[in-house]
Amino acid sequence: MESLFLLVPVSIGLVFGALWVFFKASDDGQFDDLEGPAWRILQDDDEPLR
Amino acid sequence: MNAPCFHCGLPVPGEATWHVAIDGIDRAMCCPGCEAVARTIVDIGQAGYYRARTGFAATGTAADLVPQELKLYDSDPRFAAAAGDIEAVLLVDGMRCAACVWLIEHRLLALDGVVAASLNVATERLTVRWQGGKVQISDLLQALRGIGYMAYPYDAARHTAQLRKASRTLGRQLFVAGLCMMQVMMYVAPEYMAGDGTLEPDMAALMRWASLLLTVPAVVYSAQPFFAGAWTSLRARVLGMDVPVALGIGAGFLGSVVATWRGTGDVYFDSVTMFIFLLLASRWLELLARRKAAGALERMQHALPAVATRLAAWPGRAASVMPAAALREGDYVAVKPGEAFAADGILVEGRTAVDLALLTGESAPQAKGPGDAVPGGAVNVSAAVVLHVTRPVADSTLSNLLKLVERAGAAKPQIAQWADRTAARFVLALLLFAASTFAFWSWSDPARAWPVAIAVLVVSCPCALSLATPSALAAATDRLLAKGILVVRPHVLETLQRATHIVFDKTGTLTAGRPAVQAVHVFGGIDAQAATQIAAALEAHSLHPLARAIVAHAVRPVSMPAAQLEETPGQGLAGVVDGQAYRLGNARYAAGLAGTPPPKVDDGDGTTLVWLAGAGHWLACFAISDALRPDARATVDWFRAHGKEVVLLSGDRQQLADAVARQLGIDKALGDCLPERKLDYVQRLQRDGAVVAMVGDGINDAAVLSAADVSFAMGSGAALAQVHADTVLLHGDVGLVREAAAMAGATARVIRQNLAWACLYNLVAIPAAAFGLLGPWLAGVGMAASSAIVIVNALRLRRE
Repeated sequence: MESLFLLVPVSIGLVFGALWVFFKASDDGQFDDLEGPAWRILQDDDEPLR
Repeated sequence: MNAPCFHCGLPVPGEATWHVAIDGIDRAMCCPGCEAVARTIVDIGQAGYYRARTGFAATGTAADLVPQELKLYDSDPRFAAAAGDIEAVLLVDGMRCAACVWLIEHRLLALDGVVAASLNVATERLTVRWQGGKVQISDLLQALRGIGYMAYPYDAARHTAQLRKASRTLGRQLFVAGLCMMQVMMYVAPEYMAGDGTLEPDMAALMRWASLLLTVPAVVYSAQPFFAGAWTSLRARVLGMDVPVALGIGAGFLGSVVATWRGTGDVYFDSVTMFIFLLLASRWLELLARRKAAGALERMQHALPAVATRLAAWPGRAASVMPAAALREGDYVAVKPGEAFAADGILVEGRTAVDLALLTGESAPQAKGPGDAVPGGAVNVSAAVVLHVTRPVADSTLSNLLKLVERAGAAKPQIAQWADRTAARFVLALLLFAASTFAFWSWSDPARAWPVAIAVLVVSCPCALSLATPSALAAATDRLLAKGILVVRPHVLETLQRATHIVFDKTGTLTAGRPAVQAVHVFGGIDAQAATQIAAALEAHSLHPLARAIVAHAVRPVSMPAAQLEETPGQGLAGVVDGQAYRLGNARYAAGLAGTPPPKVDDGDGTTLVWLAGAGHWLACFAISDALRPDARATVDWFRAHGKEVVLLSGDRQQLADAVARQLGIDKALGDCLPERKLDYVQRLQRDGAVVAMVGDGINDAAVLSAADVSFAMGSGAALAQVHADTVLLHGDVGLVREAAAMAGATARVIRQNLAWACLYNLVAIPAAAFGLLGPWLAGVGMAASSAIVIVNALRLRRE
């Protein structure tokens, strides 16, 4: 049971970590277009840009 | 048959010589435009586009456009920075399939100086960042046109940025609240599951402190909108809906913090976070609904183009591109197919089809030729034309329309005002009730006083009460606008469904205003069709309205030529068809050839008789009168079936009014009405307790239209600014009145359902919470669900 005294704070840290990641992603516009990336990944990009 | 054009899919003309080698195979192209586009795509190394695409590309026309107008954007301060990165949002047209996204982004990234390009598929908006100085915005637009896509700088970019920021912030707050809620649940679970005394005190304290820590972001960040809303309304000395919510959250949180600090008493961190999350979720839903509800309006706002191609030396061809806002009356403007007309004007050259869907709701493009007026915002569909501007952009039909819409949005209908007032009183009563509940429980069972008071604050839902009406009205108004019915004053939907009398204020609102053959009477054995053919042959080249009516009545196209035509103005015409001499015209004129007085024909009132006579005998008589509008009959029937009395007031002769009324089954028709008499009639009806809905043309009858309880104007383009009606029918289709009435009924139903639900919910839930039957978390669920139900119910109105 004593392990909880370590694990609970760790879990709190994890939640704040998750929040930080989410904010960063949101700032980068990750959630602005939820449809396009699914289309984009279908394209092969064999030929390099000139 | 040749294979279709490999690029755009159009058929390749037989003698075509355009080819592009793609992936080593020679592909046929239909035109030089497609050839150029395909070659560009291959040359920049993007032939993979053809392997990946799932549909043909946009047709070549877009690529032929003159690039000068693009240069205009270079001087735009938004896009002209000497150094540093510039970011712009472009609106991209012509996207067909997934491969487009990839092609557009790669084409732009291949340009020297472009740092980033990303295309949002859902909104068709392209965000580009480039280094100022290295490349110009016109180069980007030109590059996109080179591969067959039209892109425009997005003028409302700032507006969109604001919208996006609002929804992004709300999304983040929702996410934070959700994450905190789930995690707090985990920490609270042991306390719920442990029996009395089995949870060690220091373990319980650990869990509480952990929950406290995770509730902080939810309260401090996610709950901001509620605290801010409560604060704003308190500063304005009103009890807004956010007040009990903010109080509930604040009380729950502070009470729990104190309990955690002291180590005794109950904590409600789970309820607080869950409450915040559910409330935000219902706000999120509301935001989506609002954006949907504004869809038709937003499309309208973006319809006017930003630039126009001015022909300064018309009829010379020298063209210059200028901002549309600088167009003046008398300018000549060239409009290419696919472009929108920048201002109201009259066509002076070219025949085309014009899409008025945005302005009038009519979906089929309409043919327009020289001399026809075209409203700004209409889209030129088929051919290049020259427009003579008659009114500047600021006074254009679309601008007037937008002003009307804005005016409509500014006012609140009575029922919404009532709901708002009720909600404010409701909040006050609620606060008092929560306080007395708290007092009662403190006396009878102090341990439960806090949770019960919080539950009462939280469970009550003044939002449902005050959302009930506006959400339904917004959805209905948007739906009507898309159909071509512009609701200018907010009370329309409310009053219309109470209306007892539908008064048509003119014969012209029910008739099309052009003559049509109503009946053909034949004499002496000839059949009606043959007689019509002869008459049509005689009239084939006449422009007289009665002549056009007869020609239109002939089912088959006229095949027999008429010879020796001789027209006597005001009388009729004579001619020879198939070797026989005929006269067509009024009875006296035709009798000159028939030789005998005309047979007796039962002519209806208001009809004109046109007689056809051969040498020595009568052949036929055409009864012609004003044609009814196609939907008139169905509309009148519909209103009668719904128990409304239909009345026709007309300035025309009594006989004419009677004739129209008889054809439509209208019981009461008053002819020879001067405006004062119409007004008097309407006011007399109202004195007898009638609710009068009036349909007129909106300009000549301002007085009677404003006297009516609810009024419709059959407005069209130019006259919009002077319209004095509550509702404008954007195209002259009387059936729209029926649609508006049907929508009014549906809206009233939804509003009643919503209000009933909101009242019922509050009546059941508040006492339940006060008696301690609902925990705070259940209260949160109920509150959020009741708001959501109201909104979803309102959104039903947007569907057919």
